[in-house]
Amino acid sequence: MPTFDLASVPLRDLNQALHSVGAGTNESDFEVINPRGAHAVAVGIDKPVHVDVHGSVGYYCAGMNAEATVTVHGSVGPGVAENMMSGTVVVKGDASQYAGATGHGGLLVIEGNASSRCGISMKGIDIVVKGNIGHMSAFMAQAGNLVVLGDAGDALGDSLYEAKLFVRGEVKSLGADCVKKKMRPKHLALLADLLAKAGITDAKPEEFTRYGSARTLYNFNIDNVDAY
Amino acid sequence: MTYKNPPTTPRQSATFDDYTLSEIRRAAATGIYDIRGAGAKRKVPHFDDLLFLGASISRYPLEGYREACGTNVVLGARHAKKPIELKIPITIAGMSFGSLSGPAKEALGRGATLAGTSTTTGDGGMTEEERGHSEILVYQYLPSRYGMNPHDLRRADAIEVVVGQGAKPGGGGMLLGQKISDRVAEMRTLPQGIDQRSACRHPDWTGPDDLEIKIQELREITDWEKPIYVKVGGARPYYDTALAVKSGADVVVLDGMQGGTAATQEVFIENVGLPTLACIRPAVQALQDLGMHRKVQLVISGGVRNGADVAKALALGADAVSIGTAALVAIGDNDPRWEEEYRALGTTAGAYDDWHEGRDPAGISTQDPELMKRVDPVAAGRRLANYLKVMTLEAQTIARACGKNHVHNLEPEDLCALSIEASAMAGVPLAGTDWIPGKTGL
Repeated sequence: MPTFDLASVPLRDLNQALHSVGAGTNESDFEVINPRGAHAVAVGIDKPVHVDVHGSVGYYCAGMNAEATVTVHGSVGPGVAENMMSGTVVVKGDASQYAGATGHGGLLVIEGNASSRCGISMKGIDIVVKGNIGHMSAFMAQAGNLVVLGDAGDALGDSLYEAKLFVRGEVKSLGADCVKKKMRPKHLALLADLLAKAGITDAKPEEFTRYGSARTLYNFNIDNVDAY
Repeated sequence: MTYKNPPTTPRQSATFDDYTLSEIRRAAATGIYDIRGAGAKRKVPHFDDLLFLGASISRYPLEGYREACGTNVVLGARHAKKPIELKIPITIAGMSFGSLSGPAKEALGRGATLAGTSTTTGDGGMTEEERGHSEILVYQYLPSRYGMNPHDLRRADAIEVVVGQGAKPGGGGMLLGQKISDRVAEMRTLPQGIDQRSACRHPDWTGPDDLEIKIQELREITDWEKPIYVKVGGARPYYDTALAVKSGADVVVLDGMQGGTAATQEVFIENVGLPTLACIRPAVQALQDLGMHRKVQLVISGGVRNGADVAKALALGADAVSIGTAALVAIGDNDPRWEEEYRALGTTAGAYDDWHEGRDPAGISTQDPELMKRVDPVAAGRRLANYLKVMTLEAQTIARACGKNHVHNLEPEDLCALSIEASAMAGVPLAGTDWIPGKTGL
């Protein structure tokens, strides 16, 4: 297994090696040590490789990931798995702001807490957070699922489109046009599947509340202006 | 004897003019602000307020048709492994599929390619029409990230991080429901028919320190091959340019308030931002102060219409210009041939700006399948190429008259201003004097 020690090897070498899989190498398992908060670790991968990062990283770890499985054995800075297309990213620690921002697909699992704007503008990604999430999470979220086993901060789902939000704990407040919705059998099944994919066995779908868009802001209406 | 007061001619108010009165009535009737496309229509100091001095005893001209005058420009050599090489210093600005029809995007790609320059995607992702027909395509990285994906990022020739645009610095995008067709909705991951709002700021970074890290990420994803542009609206051009350079940009694109938009509030277009003319010198000064002039390229846009405008922008220190509205006119926008239909929409050819309504008689700012058939991409692309060539010839004509063997050799000393305002903004002397307000003498 190739190991990249970022204390001595430039970040460029790591990302170039990950992008060269198939062309220059057939390796499928990579290890990164001493990331020391580096930004843009393991970004832009488009092959089904496994990357284990031992330590905490800075901004945009696993950004635009496609097909790869990236596991961070530490915490991540802002924008982990931003604009992810597919694959899996697992964060063993906590995540800073914008986790999974604009993600189109794949699964992001955060085993600790996630800060503000988790899932902002998400476009199809599934995000499972075992801890709590901060304010303005799922702002303008378009598609995908956000599952939170803990609590959610202020203004959850503000200006939400068609993303589905499931929260097991308390929600401090809902954002504009975000409402509590009935949990139907298909939602329970969806939630059970997401929890299983995230490897969570100590939470039941029935313990969650579903939130979604009231769709009152989809077309501009002057009578709704106070909601903006 | 009775005194008869002779009647005076009815006097219209300069403050409450016809347009203002109509807008008050419109607002009172609807309760919503006016939305339209295009850029600022108010009169502001512009390139028309500058003149070239031409050659004289102290400077000799070059012979037209005999002595060469170069027009090529290289963009992005600061960091990118594969900089952009253009034959002409005029690019096509970012305009989205969604706001424009597929045939219109194809025409822009065809025309730009024929002329040896680049075109640019917009807020809605990259279409096959534009990638397939654009030899050099700049991929915009916008706050909405609609359609953003690493595959398109890698098949782009350059990446433009859009912070703002001249028509609405500080504002986001808007695409009303009537233009959200099934295809547009799918590309943007949105329900069909909704009024789509694009965010005004990026979802995962704020400020220049974050921008530097974001640019690093984009470079790592694309293996440092692509030039990275940063586009800003004309607001604080000195600091925005300096911060873009500090953040690692290869190219700064600066868009003045005459630059068009697909749709935003009229009050925003007309009252926020700086005229293009006021943006150039502060941006050039920032580059010079940082020792980065000609190393980080400056692209100017907003109201560029002809070769004289191109030459003036370059003389003030820009490396290239970008056109949007003028390119649309070249492919048929606001053409008098559709006058009857423009009148049916309550407007007239040349003034039509309800681009957001999707009923463009010219078939350009629409998703209506019947209307868009009116754009023949091959013929429209040819028209755009012709127009670009004329602009280039005009700029060369002026450059030769000033004794320059490359359009980039034009300089502020070749210019004078016709008004005090233009003199102050452009930093060139008032015509017939050596006075630059704020810089020389009283």
